[in-house]
Amino acid sequence: MFKVLQRIFKDKIATEAISTTGSDRLRGKIEGSCPSDMLAQCAASCPVGAFKASGEDYTVDYKHCLFCGKCVEACAASAGEGLQHSSKDVMPFMAEACQEVTEEVFKNKLGRSLHVRHLDAGSCNACDFEMGALGNSYYDLHRYGIAFVASPRHADLLMVTGVVTRNLEQALRMSYEAMPGPDRMVMACGACAAGGDTYGETYAIVGAADEVVPVDIYVPGCPPRPSQMIAALLAAADMMREKK
Amino acid sequence: MITSITPEALHDTAEMLSANGRHPLTAMFGRDETESGVGYTIYCVFENIDERRMDVVKVVFDPNGHLEYDSITPIVPAAAWYEREIRDMFGLDPKGHPDKRPLVLHESFPEGFYPLRKVIPKNYNARGNRDFKIRTAKGEGLFEVPVGPIHAGIIEPGHFRFSQAGEAMLQLDAKLFFTHRGIEKAVEGKTPYEAMHIVERICGACSIANTWSFCQAVEMAQEIKVPRKAEIIRTLLMELERVVNHVGDLGNMPAGVGFNPAISLGGRLKEQATRLCEAVAGNRFLRGVIVPGGVRQDVTPELIAKIREVMTGVSAGVMDLKDMFDEQESFQNRINTTGIVRRKTAIDLAMVGVGARASGFAHDSRQDFDYGVYRELDYKIAVQETGDVAARLQERIDELAVSFRMIEQLLVMLEECKDNSLKADVTFGKGEGWGISESARGSNFHYAVLDEEGRIDRLFARSASYPNWPALTIAVQGDIIPDFPLINKSFELCYACIDR
Repeated sequence: MFKVLQRIFKDKIATEAISTTGSDRLRGKIEGSCPSDMLAQCAASCPVGAFKASGEDYTVDYKHCLFCGKCVEACAASAGEGLQHSSKDVMPFMAEACQEVTEEVFKNKLGRSLHVRHLDAGSCNACDFEMGALGNSYYDLHRYGIAFVASPRHADLLMVTGVVTRNLEQALRMSYEAMPGPDRMVMACGACAAGGDTYGETYAIVGAADEVVPVDIYVPGCPPRPSQMIAALLAAADMMREKK
Repeated sequence: MITSITPEALHDTAEMLSANGRHPLTAMFGRDETESGVGYTIYCVFENIDERRMDVVKVVFDPNGHLEYDSITPIVPAAAWYEREIRDMFGLDPKGHPDKRPLVLHESFPEGFYPLRKVIPKNYNARGNRDFKIRTAKGEGLFEVPVGPIHAGIIEPGHFRFSQAGEAMLQLDAKLFFTHRGIEKAVEGKTPYEAMHIVERICGACSIANTWSFCQAVEMAQEIKVPRKAEIIRTLLMELERVVNHVGDLGNMPAGVGFNPAISLGGRLKEQATRLCEAVAGNRFLRGVIVPGGVRQDVTPELIAKIREVMTGVSAGVMDLKDMFDEQESFQNRINTTGIVRRKTAIDLAMVGVGARASGFAHDSRQDFDYGVYRELDYKIAVQETGDVAARLQERIDELAVSFRMIEQLLVMLEECKDNSLKADVTFGKGEGWGISESARGSNFHYAVLDEEGRIDRLFARSASYPNWPALTIAVQGDIIPDFPLINKSFELCYACIDR
């Protein structure tokens, strides 16, 4: 007993402000210019069709992007400056008018409350592990008034991870229907739930979460880092407050 | 060299190769070779623990004959799930199998739909209403407790049906494969390089194990020699993945009994290790480093120093966790003699990894097979005897100590490695091969067949959780239902990897 207490007091407070910048090597937002003669090749290297050439420039659809680095690798084959991954997170965005969440969202701490139900619709468990990490002492999600609840009946927000599989399609639909209305929200967390292209089309996959239930907020990443998830949850809590 | 046999010869061959149950069945999977006129085939892979090699036989079905064979489950119990899966995927019927329910495809699929047959297009949308019965025990005073597929916590989906006699769990039936994404079909027709992002995403917690096994299979098929530095880095990443998982489990198991200080410390240590992974690989789950032929990124001297620093801290934290566990009598009370798997059961089910070694079944692919640079490391695998939750907890603590020592040796090897090449030149052509790696949960086995153009014709991925899942349903029998979360967490089995 004393050892346990002693050990608890030995640790300093680990909880920190949320940073949207990761390690130097983090494969985050894609930046830099892509030479026009490389555009087609970089686009072809993308396994999920997120990287697209448009005229002389490129666009990246972050709903689908796996942050795998293949476009950057293809571009590196060319001479001169090319694409690179910055170590910055890509911020989540709201379905309504495709509005991107900004870092302002971290500032407002009080007066928020959000109850979240997690639903694994067919994920590889990476998103789920990151959601579990939100409870550790570094992120301490409770400080924002956000809590994970045990049933969709207690939830304001359904946080969907994974591409929707045939074996879970009904569970997703029923969980959504079990949530109390009228202001229920759905978050598609990660490239599978948001984009649905990670594994391509198969006999066992239905697709992205928005093919089954209406989605209010999309979180890019494979998996999204805890910072991205927190930004999305705070934005959802703010949206909830405005609705009420 | 793979021996081909007829379906009639399978029973006796399996009996011989399993050496009366001493040699575990590592994998068993079907393949559709009807396009080349061969017919359907079933591969059986036995681990010959005396000679430390894999014995592979291939059962070839006559293209014009019956699609049935005598089930080997009665003599090799570990075949039970494999045979059910082969039936779901290819329609090959195991005669005399004690449990012919579907395994992978749930109610929304029709009967007679066999998705891994080549005639079925990848995205074929087959709708139906097949039967899927859950097993329950009947009797006076018995009742059922259904749980899942959506659980109260943040965990993966599975349906558990407990048949209860009061508080005691009499029987547990688990309906799994909810996250079945058809990955083995999805990678067909892709080159190994194109399939990497999918293989890497079979499972989040085992992404190194899956990619490494897959790359080994492809490299064996193409006879590719991986540069030494790449082998060291791969081994290092595997041990880092083990540390993240084991430390996470040490913080997760106390959650089964609400022992909060340990949960908090475990979560803190796991986060430190996960951040290290991001620094090394650019991704918190170590994705994007291993590729066929080698690795994509070097581990720089700065990163070596960082790995040393973080590992020292995590290793001290693990010792503190151990002290916490040892001192807390109420915790010890809960974990001792709970959820026992006997050694005989572990061998019968061909269990692997922590689950097997905690029950005294001492096999570990790191020492049994030659891959990576494990042969050059000085270590001894840990084994426990009692097979309960306490043994699986202790096994992880002991394995962590082994991994910390391995990592230090690997870092020295990296510093001394003069050859800086990271990746061999790779071309893909016809061939087949297997790969194995010891994930945090046990051996992870992949079998890959490439066609003339070097595209994947068949990939079978068997994660460590696959042979260990049936053991969970045996381990809980007779224990009380409040102990289920604890027993479940002590195995820490993946759903995503078995479901694929």
